[in-house]
Amino acid sequence: MQKSTLFEFLRTVIAVLIAIIMAFIIIFFISKQPIEAINRFLFGPISSFRHFGNVLEMVIPLIFTSLAVSVMFQAKQFNMGAEGSFFIGAVAAAAIGIKFKLPPVLHPLVAIAAGGIVGGAANFIPAFLKARWKASELVSSLMLNYIMFNLGIYFINYYLRDPYAGAMVSYTVNPTANLPQFVPRTRIHAGIFIAVLAVIVVYYFLYRTRWGFALRMTGINSKFADYSGINTNMVILYSQIIGGMIAGIGGATELLGMYQRFQWQSLPGYGFDGIIVAILARNNPLLIPVAAVFLAYMRIGADLMSRMTDVPSEMVSVIQAVMIMLIAAEAFLSYWRHKMVVREAKIDG
Amino acid sequence: MDNLFNIIFSTNFGYAVLRVTTPILFAALAALISDRAGVINISLEGTMLAAALTGVIFSAYTGSAWVGLLFAVIAGIFMSSILAYFSLYLKTDIILGGIALNLMASGGTVFVLYLVAHDKGISASLASKVLPQIELPLISKIPVIGPVLSNHNVMTYFSLIAVIVVYYFLYRTPLGLRIRAVGENPDAADSVGISVRQIQFVSLIASGILAGFGGAYMSMGYVSWFSRDMTAGRGFIALAAEAMGMATPIGTFLASLLFGFADALSNSLQSLRIPAEFVQMIPYITTIIGLAIYASRRTQRAGAKTVRKEVKA
Repeated sequence: MQKSTLFEFLRTVIAVLIAIIMAFIIIFFISKQPIEAINRFLFGPISSFRHFGNVLEMVIPLIFTSLAVSVMFQAKQFNMGAEGSFFIGAVAAAAIGIKFKLPPVLHPLVAIAAGGIVGGAANFIPAFLKARWKASELVSSLMLNYIMFNLGIYFINYYLRDPYAGAMVSYTVNPTANLPQFVPRTRIHAGIFIAVLAVIVVYYFLYRTRWGFALRMTGINSKFADYSGINTNMVILYSQIIGGMIAGIGGATELLGMYQRFQWQSLPGYGFDGIIVAILARNNPLLIPVAAVFLAYMRIGADLMSRMTDVPSEMVSVIQAVMIMLIAAEAFLSYWRHKMVVREAKIDG
Repeated sequence: MDNLFNIIFSTNFGYAVLRVTTPILFAALAALISDRAGVINISLEGTMLAAALTGVIFSAYTGSAWVGLLFAVIAGIFMSSILAYFSLYLKTDIILGGIALNLMASGGTVFVLYLVAHDKGISASLASKVLPQIELPLISKIPVIGPVLSNHNVMTYFSLIAVIVVYYFLYRTPLGLRIRAVGENPDAADSVGISVRQIQFVSLIASGILAGFGGAYMSMGYVSWFSRDMTAGRGFIALAAEAMGMATPIGTFLASLLFGFADALSNSLQSLRIPAEFVQMIPYITTIIGLAIYASRRTQRAGAKTVRKEVKA
């Protein structure tokens, strides 16, 4: 058990290294100032306090969406709806923040709860279609992302839009609803505590509760789970609804922590980034913060690199794909695993 | 309401349906070929996107839309071979691999676009070419049918021909037979000496070729430029179309036509006084409804079958 964990860890490290080496090669090919670019990419985020703050700001939404994805993926539900739930959750939080007058502390909590409910409700659709009729949750949740985006934009445009703002944005959220930013010179906000809490709750849920156990068993072998009396249809439903709720909470937290108004004009992409983080963390909630920091670090590094040099930040998407492919590749380095198993068996014998 | 009927029952609308069905149909046929070999290719969205950009770049540099098309298809093959290599040889979960490729294409195309055109949104600065429109002889003279069927982009006709080609390929060629055998029962196919992995590799490549055509059409026919994430979920809609078409070429064609209809409706209704956001939802809502109806009928049939079996037993 210990050895295989170590092996998985090494495999991840090697996959990441290969991806980063690829990044270097790409940079050397396309850039006139490769050393400068690599320097920015690797060390930009720790070059100043503010930039490292940016990393942690980005970690907050990533933790939520990747927790959402890991819950669904652990049940082998390939639901891509975290993106739409995140978005519509933020819209719901904006609506509560704008239209309601509530005391501080209570106000953001109500708004975040609303985000969670709306996010969960959104994911109910693919969950229901899958549980009832075995319709592919992959396709329906992807379609749902587009629907949630348009629905969200509709609500912002027709009910919450500030006509005097000069751009297509909502009214400002009542200050009582905003999550306080507590680190000077950064936008790190109280949502980080909610994120940490969510990690612990999701871990507890998955590994210490009956529902979590049923969820994981369904993911490992749904037929076996079925035969041993687990209601796998229920698992299909609640795994996706819970995933949607977590993503919705994430969207609400992001909006109340980082913005005064709702101002997204396109899907922010955290739902899909959450998939990357979840795969890096092997769907393990306790590893998710580490993986989220890693991805956010890489993103901010790429961003700083693109600002100072001629390498566009989208380079990251190429190396992300390589990372996911290699980490998800069971046969990658399996030769060594095999050797390790043989050696272990010999020692035991 | 009158307006709505005026829009739907016009030759322009009929023309538009075929025009917007084309990319969905290519991608749905791509999904079909890999599905029949028992491999799910969910990277079609990204494959089309990569092909669309490659087509624009090569047509701009060579001045020929046909060279652009050739390289778009090569890009399609390239994308699907990555998926095939990782999923078949390195045992990457094919769904995770597909997700990775889609993410890579979404960002990677912007990356390449910026390097080539110094723009992160649109390829307007590239003088890319467009594949020709074709006036059908005789048919173009027939009233109503002529304006609907004639003067389409050559790729639209290719997509219709592709339905027949895919049908012929799957049901009338030895390779098609093997693909179906592998998809239906890989163990049985293996036992008679068919290399399952090889057949699945080939079918993924074929899938990439078709998606490459679809991508080329997007940027060199449907419109004359590449823009960020321009496939807008068509690769996923195609997966639904293929499922609804019950993995047969004709069924897939009809289902694609249905989604094309929804897409065309969404385009035409933008002139009516309905919030644009709702109009833009139409193709996606149609897809979910279509998927649900298909799935419910399938489970009912499966249910009926098990009942029959139980009765027999």
